[in-house]
Amino acid sequence: MAKKNADRRYTKDHEWIDLDGDIATIGITDHAQEQLGDIVHVELPDLERIVAANEACSVVESVKAASDVYAPLAGTVVEINETIVEDPAIVNNDAEGEGWFFKIELDDTDTFEELMDEDAYEEYLETL
Amino acid sequence: MDPTLLTTPLDAWHRSLGARMVPFAGYAMPVQYDFTGTMAERCRGGVLSEHLHCRAKAALFDVSHMGQAMLEGPGAAAALERLVPGDIIGLKPGRQRYTLLTNAQGGIVDDLMVANLGDDRLFLVVNASRKHVDFPLIAAALPPGVTLRPLPDRALLALQGPAAASILDGPKSFMGVATMPVEGIECMVSRSGYTGEDGFEISVPATEAETLANRLLAHDEVIPAGLGARDSLRLEAGLCLYGNDLDETTTPIEAGLTWVIGKRRKMDWDFPGGSVIRDQLDNGAPRLRVGIRPDGRTPARAGTVVENAGIVTSGGFSPTLNTPIAMGYVGRAVAGDGTALILTVRGKALPATVVPVPFVPHRYAR
Repeated sequence: MAKKNADRRYTKDHEWIDLDGDIATIGITDHAQEQLGDIVHVELPDLERIVAANEACSVVESVKAASDVYAPLAGTVVEINETIVEDPAIVNNDAEGEGWFFKIELDDTDTFEELMDEDAYEEYLETL
Repeated sequence: MDPTLLTTPLDAWHRSLGARMVPFAGYAMPVQYDFTGTMAERCRGGVLSEHLHCRAKAALFDVSHMGQAMLEGPGAAAALERLVPGDIIGLKPGRQRYTLLTNAQGGIVDDLMVANLGDDRLFLVVNASRKHVDFPLIAAALPPGVTLRPLPDRALLALQGPAAASILDGPKSFMGVATMPVEGIECMVSRSGYTGEDGFEISVPATEAETLANRLLAHDEVIPAGLGARDSLRLEAGLCLYGNDLDETTTPIEAGLTWVIGKRRKMDWDFPGGSVIRDQLDNGAPRLRVGIRPDGRTPARAGTVVENAGIVTSGGFSPTLNTPIAMGYVGRAVAGDGTALILTVRGKALPATVVPVPFVPHRYAR
């Protein structure tokens, strides 16, 4: 994996998180999309939904199985990426870019720093 | 991967082609491929593209995990008829038939293919997950002079798709069988498969399997395809998967497999569970296997509850139709085409409709 974003954070559920002010953008990692295989359907959370950290709020369906996507941090859903609902293959093609899932206005931006950075995530992947 | 898993004669071949191996019925099997080189030029790899390639051109599946056996000796066909509802005595040399092993309750012990190779020799192909049940069951029912000889030293390949017949000059009609050379190797070939497409299943000595597979892949139209595509292809074709859509509590009538009961067998009903099956045929089965089309794009997987009606036994996404599709069992009263159903997926009601199967028309050679 190339160094893409030194400021990006990751979870053990294979989500990536970017932070801009108090808005976190969340998607699934390239590793996750590769493991899932061809993605055929995505369910996104409703706008303005209040989510707790680690709450399942989105579903990604591949040809093989359904998987939950979790809100990595607590906050309020403020934007969702409708284009991946219309064309789920975008998640396979560009999981860590155009294939983002949703944005959350964080309750507490300090929680972001507690997540894994890229090096820690790569180390985690090697333990799997 | 679990070291106790069995491997097929093509294990190394799969890995060299970029297969992702998964455990299936006790074997390490390819679920899909990440292609490189020449194969990547033919197909991107992955369940969707392998599936679509099979429908457009041809795909080669390794199904060597399945149980192959020779039932031979005078009266072999009559002996097998004691265990199945099919007309086996009437099966002509050079022909194959789909049949079922049934139990005393009319349940399905396994579904299998029976080919008449002539000279009192029947070639059987049974499910990998059931061979440990089927082979002893059949062997115990045989009269002196008829023997069941499992063939663990043979591999089984399936070449499936509209281009298959331009690659292999095999038996001319659907369910025809022949012993013949394929790419210079002596094989047992049937014109059949599990995809709904035209194609062949090829039984080959294990020692020759890799050579044969490579020679078939030398044709530009062919890619290897994994169990993922095999499953989505058979679901589109409305074909049952043992363990999902069929089991020891499911009868042939419930499963919509009434056609496997031979006309002559309906005179005497002299096969296991015959009286139960006859009663269901006359008076109706309590539940029936149906095609299910969920509204929208959310797939309903096996195990999904059909509200007040039954359960989904196979479900996923149809690459050909670009919609979710499923099969399941529902009460007879709601089994008619067009009936509205409610599925429960992740706690939410998902409307669906009973539809005819196959979802994608069969394209067998006639």
